[in-house]
Amino acid sequence: MALADQIVRRRRAPRWVRGWRIIPVIGLVLVFSFPFFVMLSTAFKETGDIFSAPPTLLPTTWTLDNFVAAFDQIPFWRYLANTLFVSGLSVLGTILSCPLVAYALAKIRWPGARPLLMIVLLTMMLPPQVTMIPIFLIWNGLGAVGTYLPLVVPAFLGTPFLIFMIRQFLVSVPGELIEAARIDGASEFRTYWSIVLPIARPAIVTAAVFQFVWSWTDFLNPLIYLGNPEQYTLSIGLYAFFGENDVAWGPLMAACVLFTLPALFLFLLGQRFFIGGISTGALK
Amino acid sequence: MTVRRRQALAGLAFAAPFLIGFGIFIAYPVAASGFYSFTDFNLFQAPDFVGVDNYTRMAGDERFWIALTNTLLLTVTGVPLSIVIAMAGAHLLNLPVRGQPLFRALVYLPSIVPVVVGGYLWRWMLNTEYGFINHFLSLVGIDGPGWLVEPEWTKPAIVLMSLWTVGGTMIIYLAALKDVPRDLYEAAAIDGANWWTRFRHITWPTLSPVTLFQVIVNLIAYLQIFTQPYLLAQTRLNNVGAGPGQSMLTYAMYLFQNAFSFLKMGYASAMAWVLFLITLAITIVILVSSRRWVHDGSR
Repeated sequence: MALADQIVRRRRAPRWVRGWRIIPVIGLVLVFSFPFFVMLSTAFKETGDIFSAPPTLLPTTWTLDNFVAAFDQIPFWRYLANTLFVSGLSVLGTILSCPLVAYALAKIRWPGARPLLMIVLLTMMLPPQVTMIPIFLIWNGLGAVGTYLPLVVPAFLGTPFLIFMIRQFLVSVPGELIEAARIDGASEFRTYWSIVLPIARPAIVTAAVFQFVWSWTDFLNPLIYLGNPEQYTLSIGLYAFFGENDVAWGPLMAACVLFTLPALFLFLLGQRFFIGGISTGALK
Repeated sequence: MTVRRRQALAGLAFAAPFLIGFGIFIAYPVAASGFYSFTDFNLFQAPDFVGVDNYTRMAGDERFWIALTNTLLLTVTGVPLSIVIAMAGAHLLNLPVRGQPLFRALVYLPSIVPVVVGGYLWRWMLNTEYGFINHFLSLVGIDGPGWLVEPEWTKPAIVLMSLWTVGGTMIIYLAALKDVPRDLYEAAAIDGANWWTRFRHITWPTLSPVTLFQVIVNLIAYLQIFTQPYLLAQTRLNNVGAGPGQSMLTYAMYLFQNAFSFLKMGYASAMAWVLFLITLAITIVILVSSRRWVHDGSR
């Protein structure tokens, strides 16, 4: 191996070539980031700048008018509060339900664990279109169409992908502490509450971030279930910027910036956990 | 109470939320959807059993075929492009340069942007006159098309917008690249193998299980594609626009339209099952073919 190492080292590119490698990487990042730049730049442009051909990279005059107009044209804060309400409750539901189920799948020795794991995995593969209509009919029968219940309740009953993710994490944790607690006569729930939950914190945080981003960005469910404009989340509220014949691009982009920021902020905070979580589902 | 019995009860109790959720939101809906698919059902009257009518009606429904064709066209272009771009991007991100975690996060960022924001943002960038895409094309001497107004350009627009969120797949490839055994590359380097030979005989086979999984995941996503074309074609909040010449009408959009605009719940349920069967059939074909190209590590 030492010989191989030597040969490989000798064949390595010289230092200046290695330095240039950053260029294609930066190029890749620029391509993916450019739309963000357009969003930001448009949000701060005056109308004349927005409708200039060819488009300018930066505003010639920077203005906050679009943000003012955005608050003026739609009940932005109301929609933001609605979105936050739905996302917050969904996250709460996920935190309460998913670790419980994951624990039953990973650390309790009972005959149901294996078949239930299969069911969780199969459920992840079912196209949502198949269940969409009967679920709508259930809520319709309960008189809950036009309320937030259809957007929030499912999270309290566990999301298969997040259950699976936390389960994978728990499986990799050694069971000694849990066994010790059981031998000491702690009840199953006490063991869960005081030992499993603290251990599983990284996985639970990841699941919470996933759930928040999903609820925050969800389009289809609010579209199906919310009818009263008072209740709109931002996802469906933004359409108000589209007029009969024209689109208020400036205010729309300003609202888009504000709508994106919370999810962006949360993602950057939990970036490491989050990216780990994405690979968990796919590689293990 | 025996320990086994206690454990079984504890298991049931802890799994209870999912068991209830599975019953209400999965098991019952699957059964109900199967039943509705054999009925004529408009939400206001009780479902009326019509046998296989809904299924046979699809064969003669012109919009059904338009929607299916559009969806398949998007799938056969979108899936390979996603895989190639994700794999190439992962190689770039894997280069030994400083700041890799930052670059990785930036490439993933579009995936956490609200899909509505992405949709409207691309609608703006693809604007024929004022958009940046056509501006960049004009810089290299190409007269950009009317992306969202010419029927033959709307599908590239949808694929382009969808590719912006390919970062998730890229990150999975990046994680997989780190698992490729280094000594293989070293041995290959001693043998004087060039980068293509190394990729073809080391990287590609090692990544092939991940590729199989990603092909299937992306395939399922494209066959169900709804929100991106919906947003690009949107002309009213609650109504499915189909884009110029119905060029953006996808299968899931037509299904949604049948269910919630026309209230043809029975027909829409039948369409959902056909979509499931199409997905299953294509997935099985890919899984069977994968024996030829997926390297499972034991051979």
